[in-house]
Amino acid sequence: MCTICGCGTTDIVEEHGVGHPTGAHAGPAQDHDHDHDHGQDHSHTHAHGAHHHEPAERTIDFGKGLAGLHIPGMTQERTIRIERDILSKNDALAEANRTRLIDTGTFALNLVSSPGSGKTSLLVRAITDLKDRWPIAVIEGDQQTSRDADRIRATGVPAVQVNTGKGCHLDAHMVGHALDHLPPLRDGLLFIENVGNLVCPAAFDLGEAHKVVVLSVTEGEDKPLKYPGMFAAADLMLLNKSDLLPHLEFDVAACLAAALRVNPYIQILTVSARTGEGLAAFYAWIEARGSLRPRIEESMVNGLGP
Amino acid sequence: MHEISLVENVIALVEDERRKQPFSRVRMIRLTVGALGHAEPEALRFCFEAVTNGTIADGARLEIETIPGEGWCLLCRQTVPLAERFAACPSCGSAGVRMTAGGDLHVSEMEVE
Repeated sequence: MCTICGCGTTDIVEEHGVGHPTGAHAGPAQDHDHDHDHGQDHSHTHAHGAHHHEPAERTIDFGKGLAGLHIPGMTQERTIRIERDILSKNDALAEANRTRLIDTGTFALNLVSSPGSGKTSLLVRAITDLKDRWPIAVIEGDQQTSRDADRIRATGVPAVQVNTGKGCHLDAHMVGHALDHLPPLRDGLLFIENVGNLVCPAAFDLGEAHKVVVLSVTEGEDKPLKYPGMFAAADLMLLNKSDLLPHLEFDVAACLAAALRVNPYIQILTVSARTGEGLAAFYAWIEARGSLRPRIEESMVNGLGP
Repeated sequence: MHEISLVENVIALVEDERRKQPFSRVRMIRLTVGALGHAEPEALRFCFEAVTNGTIADGARLEIETIPGEGWCLLCRQTVPLAERFAACPSCGSAGVRMTAGGDLHVSEMEVE
């Protein structure tokens, strides 16, 4: 029996899973293909059916071919049903972050957008306007550099830069570590600026109260339809760079309709980080949605304690 | 390409399972992926071998079961198929359809030895 998928009856001489020895497969159960990725660090030319490559330092060892050593009644093969959400680990960490934030009365917003929508400029403006009202801190996610955190720190509030390296999004684990480096924000406001990416961050709960998607008018009004996952996950959309509207053929109504089609519950504000247009409404949203003190009452309702 | 992270999460779940009931090799991992969810099956397949390389799941076969999208049409008052997250009701054309299935993203089972 094939030790890889159980099909066929021919003996098999090796069992590492880079490829399937075709000789073993004569039955109909061949919905798998030969996944040889030759980008690996071994190169080989071989005829299938008898190849036996041993990748270096492979520790998973079943003797020389499990099939040959198979003892009736002592088969080790078994199927385990798991039924676990792939994101369950992230979600558990996110929930821990959320509890931690609620416990200190911190209202956290996860800002998501494509690169260049003006998230950081928006934050700098908002922080400048709001820092006397609430304690504020920022977690900055970027693949490289601390440029954004530097811009935020220049406003006088603490910021932690998380470099994701090759990663395309922040996850709850990173945010948990970043929280360790920030002072507790009693009744404060935490902005998490995600990696500029309109796809991947949608799937990862960080423990925030709300995702806020920023879309700029230079991007095209059909973005919500092209990237529905993000707009479906967000509770608020900020249509940024409204000061540029006179110079563009951007159909605001069509853009709002597209966003509402993807997410009928999304709230939308048109703003300009440059001129400040619409930002008062954003601040009012933060205060109302928010937060801050009401958040603690909500946590009591949820039984999480004050 | 958050599918790389997703596969890393899958491996973490496999490791969890190994702590509960020891095994030394994973032969197959079956994922359930909703057609309207956050993961692209092709992208998962693309990175699976590279990400599992050198882990407990090294050499495992990946099987993906796709769950089609469904929604509840508020006008028709029935469950209708949904090809896209924001698609209109295929029966009445109304946009008032609430997605009810197709967002899945989980590990359903695996074969180990």
